[in-house]
Amino acid sequence: MKIVNVTHGSFYALGAYAAASLTGAWLARGYPPMLSYAVLFVAALGVTLLVAPLIERAILRFMYAKDEVVILLITYALFLILEDVIKLVWGVNPYFIAQPYALLGSFTVAGLAYPTYNLILVALALLAGLGLTWLLHSTRVGKLLLAVIHDPEISRAMGIDVNRYYLVTFTFGSLLAALAGAFTAPTVSVVPGLGVEIIVLSFAVVVIGGLGSLPGAALGAVIVGMVRSLSVHYMPQVELFVIYFVMAMVLAFRPRGLFSLAEPRKI
Amino acid sequence: MVLLIGGPWLPQWAMFIVTIAFAKGLVALGLMLLLRAGLVSFGQALYYCLGAYAAGALGRFFGVSDIFAQMLAGAAAAGVAAFILGFLLAKYRGIFFGLLSLALSMILYGLLVKNEALGSTDGFNILPSTLFGMRPGPGWVRYAVLASAGVVALLLALAVHRYLNTPLGRLAPAIKDNEIRVEYMGASARHAVHVMYVIAAVLAGVGGALAATTVGHIDPEMAFWTTSGEFIFITILAGTGSVVAPFAGALLYGVIHTTAYDLSPNTWQLSLGAALLLIIVFLPEGLWSLFAQRRWR
Amino acid sequence: MRRKLLVAAAIAALSAGASAQNVKIGVVTFLSGPAAAPFGVPAKNSAEFVVEALNAGKGPAPYTKRGFGGASIEVVMLDEAGSTTTQVTEFRNLVQRHNVDLVIGYVSSGNCLAIAPVAEELKKLVNFFDCGTPRIFEDGSYNYVFRTSPTATMDSVGAALYVKDAKPGVKSIAGINQNYAWGQDSWGDFELAMKVLVPNVEVKTSQMPKLFAGQYNAEISALMSAKPDVIHSSFWNGDLEALILQGGPRGLMKQSLTILTTGETAMHKLGAQIPDGTVLGARGPFGPYAPNNAYNKWFLGGYVGKYKEQPNYASYQMAQAFLGVKLAWEKAQDANGGKRPTNEQVAAALKGSTFEGPGGTVRMAIGKGHQAIMETAYGQTKLEGGKLTVVNVKRYPAEQVNPPEGVKSADWIKSGFKAK
Repeated sequence: MKIVNVTHGSFYALGAYAAASLTGAWLARGYPPMLSYAVLFVAALGVTLLVAPLIERAILRFMYAKDEVVILLITYALFLILEDVIKLVWGVNPYFIAQPYALLGSFTVAGLAYPTYNLILVALALLAGLGLTWLLHSTRVGKLLLAVIHDPEISRAMGIDVNRYYLVTFTFGSLLAALAGAFTAPTVSVVPGLGVEIIVLSFAVVVIGGLGSLPGAALGAVIVGMVRSLSVHYMPQVELFVIYFVMAMVLAFRPRGLFSLAEPRKI
Repeated sequence: MVLLIGGPWLPQWAMFIVTIAFAKGLVALGLMLLLRAGLVSFGQALYYCLGAYAAGALGRFFGVSDIFAQMLAGAAAAGVAAFILGFLLAKYRGIFFGLLSLALSMILYGLLVKNEALGSTDGFNILPSTLFGMRPGPGWVRYAVLASAGVVALLLALAVHRYLNTPLGRLAPAIKDNEIRVEYMGASARHAVHVMYVIAAVLAGVGGALAATTVGHIDPEMAFWTTSGEFIFITILAGTGSVVAPFAGALLYGVIHTTAYDLSPNTWQLSLGAALLLIIVFLPEGLWSLFAQRRWR
Repeated sequence: MRRKLLVAAAIAALSAGASAQNVKIGVVTFLSGPAAAPFGVPAKNSAEFVVEALNAGKGPAPYTKRGFGGASIEVVMLDEAGSTTTQVTEFRNLVQRHNVDLVIGYVSSGNCLAIAPVAEELKKLVNFFDCGTPRIFEDGSYNYVFRTSPTATMDSVGAALYVKDAKPGVKSIAGINQNYAWGQDSWGDFELAMKVLVPNVEVKTSQMPKLFAGQYNAEISALMSAKPDVIHSSFWNGDLEALILQGGPRGLMKQSLTILTTGETAMHKLGAQIPDGTVLGARGPFGPYAPNNAYNKWFLGGYVGKYKEQPNYASYQMAQAFLGVKLAWEKAQDANGGKRPTNEQVAAALKGSTFEGPGGTVRMAIGKGHQAIMETAYGQTKLEGGKLTVVNVKRYPAEQVNPPEGVKSADWIKSGFKAK
């Protein structure tokens, strides 16, 4: 959508907190823990549907005509506001819902115990990625969306309700962030500041993969994850900035990321 | 000018805020230059931090604490780094320029945090500043720093103003509009961007040295991306109308920040975010548009 | 209550100087961000409880006088979050705009280092209640800066001593610490101390993940494949809890004796999830290691009564910060013929003093009388009847775990803990 969206991080945090609250309540009431995975999903969905359209309709809608940088700043301001809103609603204490994570136990690979839950995360990511690709390229709705992103003016002239598409896109994008947050929540302690770390990492992934390219994003994520794990194992001292180093290297040799869409040049 | 003369009568804490505003304003000035060419650098904190550490290193390893020497060291360190990095960065535009600059500043952050000799994340303190060998008395330190800051800022702002009127300076909006035509004209967009990048870095370096002296402490967080974010905010807040705008923007940002802390210590982020949002929404050209409009009348 | 305090403080600040009767104290601690939950808010709660009790004259002897020497205490609370530049700005505001009488606060070592020279410059008494770096008084000397809590050196040395006691045949160690000054220093001191106590000890790996990384699966895998006898970690809050939640089910704590030097903060929240046998530290004789004296009874009872939750070590440190300053203030006031003492007089009274608090005896014995030393304690967790308790508690006297006056921590450890 040509927005650099800092609020994405907030949705990650919102998803995590909502999941923590809802799942915590669910488990406390003694409902079957196996269904808690569905609860995570519902929590993410709920909080996104509540917040995303509000932000899009109330604020972002008026800003699309503005400069990219201004939009970025607006999302940054929104991020600051949402950080404190989260603090007001959920307080500063860490939340944790360990059960969905511990429930599935672990399995051993090469002598190391590895939690089964992590496989779920991988499966979810694959599902989301493939689903989104299918949606964008094989359905009518998806193709129209690509048209809207490419050139909103002509799309509008051809009768597409551009505003509605923006709303849906923003909401859907935020939903993905919230899902990520919700499903990560059982593996970490949900604390204030959760959204900050993830933003820069996700930008790094997108840049490495190439803007606008879904397979690029997937590859970028795999690269970032592998590089980090490898450096943790073999050279723990550089773990801090190795991601940025990779980002710089990729950009140095492929200025538009690994898989970038061709962009027309203005003459 | 007004501040220099009225300076001694300001309460000390206000002097402090104004000095910091000068420092941050310098960085924003550099950003403004780049912004005119359509480039947003998310990594100005790199040079800000380099400038600060250069100033600190002067004191720590050489015992020099003269405020102008510190600023010069900051400028030199930043300038050299930018010259080298500029060869890489001048090729990029748009979001890639932004994120590559961010990556570079975060690499510096990581290197500094790893470096326990420089104190890692705790950083270290800077020697109290001297002016041409004299150490101002405790009551006058704040004013001395403020005055030095003001003078330097003024000189640099004037220099930038002159630069903007040179052919190279005027290329900036052209590059933003249509880079290919610039090349057709025979000018080198890369060269112009490289020069602008170095100038912006030097400004940031001086700003960093100044901030370090004023606060008295340096730490790696000065290279963190949120610091860069702060500078971008100030720049957009101020608008690109004039060379004085970034300083006004920095001052306003400082005032809003400290007021938010004071009045709502539990929710200052919310206040800050809301205030900034309001300004962006209602003053899209930045703060300066308020003044610019008046002048046209 | 808090809002009333804030409003009162704001009005008082605006009408600067009007209420000359009250003692205005600036309290700075984390009200937002990840450090709020484990340190900031418990410290804030402690401050509010202590101030309320003191103002009502309900402190235990010798803290029975109302407020500070009869004058009511007024608190101006500030958030420690934000960059050091922001903190220095806000400190100057506290002193010059709010005209506070003194400042108590600061958890982050970076902030403490930055604020110390500013406090000297502005001639305002500041009492650091929690930050751990020993550099403050080892690298500089101050007239107006004090710290009523021991440094982080004590935690690392105490940890090494406990490890040697609990696992005398220890052959290898490993660490997982956050990659910033606190984690680097904690690990560095622990490693150094272990090398002195067990000369041939092998360091298998030192994991240094980014602060607030939250996800430690890779590091836990590395640690488990290295199979060290002992694992050291100075993780706190969310990172600590994540480590416990991710490492516990994988058997990390069962495979190696794990010592968590600031683990006490996780006790109250994670309780049953902490595997038995994990060594927990409370950065001193606080929380479960606090002595059963009258001050602890007063503090613990009052805090739990007011907030319905247990205080952690940050709460204890804040409480003793207030008590120490109160005693010094009143001593200075008496010496001043009953008149309000100046910062210089209070400093002179606080310097080198000894006082009692809910954690036991605090002696301002090093750093030229500006830095406190206390004994420390470590113990292992055991789940008894659903409640988490500590067993195998060992206490180490102050002189054994703190460097002597004038000796830098690193030098002291390297010399084999030579007393002067």
